[in-house]
Amino acid sequence: MSRRTPSRLLAALAGALAALVALSGCAAGSAAPAPAPALSASGEALTGRLTVYAAASLKTGFDEIAKAFVQDNPGVDIEPISYDGSSTLATQIIGGASVDVFASADEANMAKVTGAGLAQDPQPFATNTLVIAVPKANPAGITTLADLAKPGVKVVLCANGVPCGTAAQKLLSNAGLAVTPASSEQNVTAVLTKVAAGEADAGLVYATDVIGRKDVSSIVPDGAAGVVNTYPIVALNGAPDAAVAKAFVAYVVGENGQAILSELGFGKP
Amino acid sequence: MPVDGGRARGYAPRILVLPAVVGLAFLLVPLAALVARVQVDTLWTDITSEAAVSALGLSLATGVTATAVCVAVGVPMAILIARSAPRTAALLRALVTVPLVLPPMVGGVALLFLFGRNGWLGDLLGAIGVRLPFTTAAVVLAQTFVALPFLVLSVEGALRSTGTGFEEAAASLGAGRWTVLRRITLPLAAPGLIAGTVLCFARAIGEFGATALFAGNAPGVTQTMPLAIYTAFNGAGVDQGTAIALSLLLLITAIAVLLLVRAWRPGSVR
Repeated sequence: MSRRTPSRLLAALAGALAALVALSGCAAGSAAPAPAPALSASGEALTGRLTVYAAASLKTGFDEIAKAFVQDNPGVDIEPISYDGSSTLATQIIGGASVDVFASADEANMAKVTGAGLAQDPQPFATNTLVIAVPKANPAGITTLADLAKPGVKVVLCANGVPCGTAAQKLLSNAGLAVTPASSEQNVTAVLTKVAAGEADAGLVYATDVIGRKDVSSIVPDGAAGVVNTYPIVALNGAPDAAVAKAFVAYVVGENGQAILSELGFGKP
Repeated sequence: MPVDGGRARGYAPRILVLPAVVGLAFLLVPLAALVARVQVDTLWTDITSEAAVSALGLSLATGVTATAVCVAVGVPMAILIARSAPRTAALLRALVTVPLVLPPMVGGVALLFLFGRNGWLGDLLGAIGVRLPFTTAAVVLAQTFVALPFLVLSVEGALRSTGTGFEEAAASLGAGRWTVLRRITLPLAAPGLIAGTVLCFARAIGEFGATALFAGNAPGVTQTMPLAIYTAFNGAGVDQGTAIALSLLLLITAIAVLLLVRAWRPGSVR
């Protein structure tokens, strides 16, 4: 992973200081052609810089995948990956963020990006289901999904439209429950943080989020298997180095990426 | 006049001390609680972690750039407003104040609607290969948008209070317009200019709302300190220890900046 070099940052800032027209130089500069590729062991030459936006629930998995990918392709620089709710990321991409690869936690938010004509043929690469996360001490004594609807129980959920929020609403309505969340968060890590800090009695998060966490307990609710999120990934049309973006997508979908993800608890699509 | 220790105490009811102390405690105790959470043993590693240095460096670089932009366009604006007819000046001053009273998020949305992919200027700029939203340049624009009013209002106030007497005198003695500006107007307005610049910088590095919407939250590119802190408290990005350390750093910067403003010309504390 590389940070921006000071000179690139300065170039961008100098651009902002000057008139808007001067900015074209900086924008063009960041898309400058990569240096001549060196041949790797496989004879495949990959060089370039990659910007990835990924759903918050993918953080551990994608950090690991990015590391492995760069090890296999030393000519590639992956910018620190932006993790947030898929709906936030989709809005930013549609709003003009310059992104090479987008991995969403559900198909609805991916459809927003493909629907805007920014990418084609996203590929499913993982699945996830919901669990009830409670603080280790479980102060509200939560044992079932129905407990979340009890008065006085403070529940945090992802906001509607955020994949974990859409899934949570589906899970609750399948069970005929109405829950008014104490807070609607913009991504799943925010829900988990509120639960882990004991600010909430319970939250609905992905099964993969609670694996290995010592500060929260999880309960698999009835009907969880009926609400499965499928994660799609796509290389965006505007990617300056299309080959690198496609190679990264192939890596996630391929054997190595899948091995990393399944170890973290993600299902196969 | 009752004098106590050489200072006039006035005639305010003594009981007012009570709500005043409550108010002061409300402002300061939360900050004390923040400082208390700082883990001293890891403070140095926290503020020198790669994520923290990247956010700090980005905040300082964009903050300085935004301040420079504000000075470059804000000072001429302030001069114009200060030397306009009263009605025009009132109108201009009201317009300049609008971004200051808007929630910064609204500014972010507005900037996105102007420069975004489907914005008024977005199409035009896209045609020549420039994309502003979600870049480092967008951070600077967002900061400039929210910080500019602070600078303009400070400088305008300073210019108005000095009046035009000295300028007229200099002009009548044959000084040209640029000489008057350089030798009379700006030196007289210097305290306001410095105060405004410092406030403007403080506001720029504290900017969150407009940046979040218009520039996004990409580490190393648009993730400034406030965004890194927000992300950390949502359980991603830099860890909470780092977030608390960064918060402390922002707090110290703010206090330093305010002391600097106050230290400049002690007689004119506003």
